[in-house]
Amino acid sequence: MTTLTAPPKTAPPPARPRKSPGTAKWKRRIPLLPALIFTIAVTQLPFVATLVISTFQWNILKPGERHFVGLDNFTFVFTDERLRTAVLNTIVLTASVVLLSVVLGLGLAMLLDRRFAGRGLARTLLIAPFLVMPVAAALLFKHALYNPDYGLLNGTLNAIYRLFGADNGPTVDWISSYPMPAVVLSLVWQWTPFMMLILLAGLQAQPGDVLEAARMDGASAMATFRHITLPHLRQYIELGVLLGTIYIVQTFDAVYTITQGGPGSQTTNLPYEIYLTMFRKYEYGQAAAAGVVVVLGAIVIATFALRTIASLFREEASR
Amino acid sequence: MTHAALAAPGARFKKLLHRGDDHGSAPKLSPLWTFTAWLATLAFFAPVAWMVLTSFHQEADAATNPPTPFAPLTLDQYKLLFSRDITPFLLNSAMASILSTLLVLALAVPAAYALSIKPVQKWTDVMFFFLSTKFLPAIAALLPVYLIVKDAGMLDNVWTLVILYTAMNLPIAVWMMRSFLAEVPKEILEAAEVDGAGLLTVLWRVVAPVAMPGLAATSLICFIFSWNEFMFAVNLTATQASTAPVFLVGFITNEGLFFARLCAAATLVSLPVLIAGFAAQDKLVRGLSLGAVK
Repeated sequence: MTTLTAPPKTAPPPARPRKSPGTAKWKRRIPLLPALIFTIAVTQLPFVATLVISTFQWNILKPGERHFVGLDNFTFVFTDERLRTAVLNTIVLTASVVLLSVVLGLGLAMLLDRRFAGRGLARTLLIAPFLVMPVAAALLFKHALYNPDYGLLNGTLNAIYRLFGADNGPTVDWISSYPMPAVVLSLVWQWTPFMMLILLAGLQAQPGDVLEAARMDGASAMATFRHITLPHLRQYIELGVLLGTIYIVQTFDAVYTITQGGPGSQTTNLPYEIYLTMFRKYEYGQAAAAGVVVVLGAIVIATFALRTIASLFREEASR
Repeated sequence: MTHAALAAPGARFKKLLHRGDDHGSAPKLSPLWTFTAWLATLAFFAPVAWMVLTSFHQEADAATNPPTPFAPLTLDQYKLLFSRDITPFLLNSAMASILSTLLVLALAVPAAYALSIKPVQKWTDVMFFFLSTKFLPAIAALLPVYLIVKDAGMLDNVWTLVILYTAMNLPIAVWMMRSFLAEVPKEILEAAEVDGAGLLTVLWRVVAPVAMPGLAATSLICFIFSWNEFMFAVNLTATQASTAPVFLVGFITNEGLFFARLCAAATLVSLPVLIAGFAAQDKLVRGLSLGAVK
């Protein structure tokens, strides 16, 4: 797709061998080349094609009318109301899923960092949502939880109402009444275990003696958490947020499966809108232009992400 | 924890049950918080449990309100799935995932070697180049990939998926493998070279034993991501090369929905990843964080 600006250097260049530097240098590069060439061919070339297509008026239903239009598609992308809604939906979806899953993941990680009966089993069960195939998880939420007639949410409400003598509970059509929360909830369910795993690794990497010292000094649990644990976890939280953002911005499965972007365009995010432009409206030029804009947005996020990862990387390299 | 795979099988099972006990100094959770922890765990696990349970029910018992968890169990849904031919989809998924994982390893292991044990100049820049390709949304590449694949007559072909999944996972694999290879002690490598051991001997005797668990973890992560991939699969395949997630989306509509059969299909396609993920949970964190977290 594209190359990003070079991130900060993380280590001094390794010492060069003294004898015949030319051949030795190439000998070292040879194992790297197949992977590098493959990556450039499969990821960078399509992006060049996207750039070219984005300057054409090209609708597959009107084959005779393909022609160069310069930046017109970009004007369209920035002024089209559907796309603006899609950008907004993408931000709302990504931000709420990341935020909620980090908070829930942190809570679970704090609990699982302590000893309790069946901790190993609890951890194993907790990672299951992350391992269920995303399309399967989305269908599971759509039908097993949200379905107004036989979904678990309404079923449970019903059972509770009957427990208290009422005839039946309310029949809520969760997906059409609360489309965005419905998608968010299913994604939070999938991503909380991911955050939990990374934050738990962070908690377990905490130096025990510092915590011990804090306890000896009579620091309260809250103070220890705020002044020792949270600063220590910062890097792990950043890593979780950034990796989560990268994956969740790209969400396609859940939107396609649960709401198909609807009702109206209430849950249409950018990947789904681009998909619609491409395979429903057949406007290739517009889809390509939207793709270019998405990549530009991703570069902004990725620059932050690379910086965070570079700092973790530097720590490791200096070890 | 890195060398868990080298431990005896018995020890491994014990570890699954008492995971995290190595952190022995950790304080105990009070009964109230233990209850909270278990409540949260069960809340998160409930949809999975419900999916598996429903998959063993008859359709009439599956779509009831209120739910009937204690309905009689049956294998009918699974039998139906196989008679309605989920098999080719599973085979396509297995083929795309396994072949691309092998291809990823063939490309990533030498690259990771060149980036860690005998690093090339500017190796960090190369590392970040690989990673940057992962950050860019696949949707932006879908159109040109679709057009190229169509022109090449490779639509609805498993090999198309193999190549795309390889590109998708290669950066992750390079990062992970590098972090595992970086653990090979430099002193031992140097000592072996001073003793006049050849490259192959060094690789086989020194590097391989340390890197094996890492290789297993890397393959697992690549397999999981390929197995679960949906966007390319649904847009680039039609009838011959469709994978398991594409089979599943046939259940999207509400009309004539077979809920129990849907649950059986969802359980079946999630099973390989669930088993692999449970078995290798130690490695999962390091893989998911590209090796940045141990």
